[in-house]
Amino acid sequence: MATLGELERAVMDLLWEQNGRPEGENALTANELRDSLARRGGTTKDGKELAVTTVLTVLSRLEKKSLVQRERDIRPHRYRAVTSREAHTVELMHEVLGSARDREAVLAAFIGSVSAQEAEALRKMLTA
Amino acid sequence: MFWASYLLAALAVILAWPVPVMLSRARWPARAPKTALILWQAIALAGGLSMIGAMLTWGLEPLGDNLLAGLRGLAALLASYQPAPGLDLIHVFALSAALLLGVHLVFTLLLTYYRIAKQRHRHRTLLNLLSSPAKDSPKTLVINHPAPVAYCLPGGSGSVTVLSEGLMELLTPAELQSVLQHERAHLNQRHDLLLWAFAAWRAALPWLPTSQLAQRAVNELIEMLADDAALETTDRPTLIRAVALVAGGERPAGSAAGAPARELLSPEEAQALTSANRLRRLLTPMAPLGRAAQSLVLAGAALLLAVPTVLLLAPGLAG
Repeated sequence: MATLGELERAVMDLLWEQNGRPEGENALTANELRDSLARRGGTTKDGKELAVTTVLTVLSRLEKKSLVQRERDIRPHRYRAVTSREAHTVELMHEVLGSARDREAVLAAFIGSVSAQEAEALRKMLTA
Repeated sequence: MFWASYLLAALAVILAWPVPVMLSRARWPARAPKTALILWQAIALAGGLSMIGAMLTWGLEPLGDNLLAGLRGLAALLASYQPAPGLDLIHVFALSAALLLGVHLVFTLLLTYYRIAKQRHRHRTLLNLLSSPAKDSPKTLVINHPAPVAYCLPGGSGSVTVLSEGLMELLTPAELQSVLQHERAHLNQRHDLLLWAFAAWRAALPWLPTSQLAQRAVNELIEMLADDAALETTDRPTLIRAVALVAGGERPAGSAAGAPARELLSPEEAQALTSANRLRRLLTPMAPLGRAAQSLVLAGAALLLAVPTVLLLAPGLAG
């Protein structure tokens, strides 16, 4: 595990795994995260063991990007993913595709704007 | 100087309405997408220049016989704090409008850039966490989603093409390759810059027919250019199958940012029409526009830019 980017990814993966759990069990401390990462062979660039301060740096970066929420009411602070992995994927796809209803409208308008001849030529192409 | 401002105003009106309407109805752009894109850029630039120029020259009329003399007069006036004979309220109004429009255009261009850059940055951040690199193509990411999606994310040396798992299941390797070539053409030909400029033009003057028609035409023409680039390495039936299977999926990059509310067509209709026009063009290939005709269009584009420039500067330089 070399870069901060890769660490961010690994931390998010761990937090997303917790995301399905009930309230109270879906958050991890920096120490717990460091131990999980170490079990998965997480080391720094020069092969040293991962320090908790590095994990905290990664967490504060993720917090700034509004991907991670910090629970400050008890110490040590616990961190959890703001939302699930799937919800983020949907957010991305929504930017590219629009909503599902938009997609149906596009398809309907598309079918409406193709002539019978063109549709026939297209059908031949698709079944060829 | 009066005649110059009236000619500029006439040019601005022609470029704001009849010319873009005619061009958007013409059939030849599908046969020469690159040339048509140059013409749309010339129309937008010449249109903006004559709008601002007409108000500027008209407003400066009491201060000098031509634009350069008028500007010198205005500078002297501002330096001396003396009331100007002849510079009444209506001329001051025209000058202010010219200044406001100029500032508005530049500001909207920058604001649109900022919005697109911000959206792209956020998208990239999430993508880095959610996608994995494609096995056998460089600069390609795969995202776990069932809908068939392919799009490109421009960002200099960090540009990537994104494919969904749904797409990879749906398409054969050859079809997938044609989709990749299409997306890479968008990146290599820097279509994001065109989309940015015309999205800004549209956001700045959303009620003007020219800005709406131009944005739609540019969206369609860049898809055609990317199709042509894909055809260099793929055969036509493969690309047609790929386009038909993904049709209605793709949305032009950056269109989500700052899309204004009022439209001639709804975004869905516009997008569907683009897909249909692309398919029609691929199904019934037409010969590219002849060299002579293309040169004529390019000469026309150059003339469009030359006319307002000459009208603005020539009287001052000649006198």
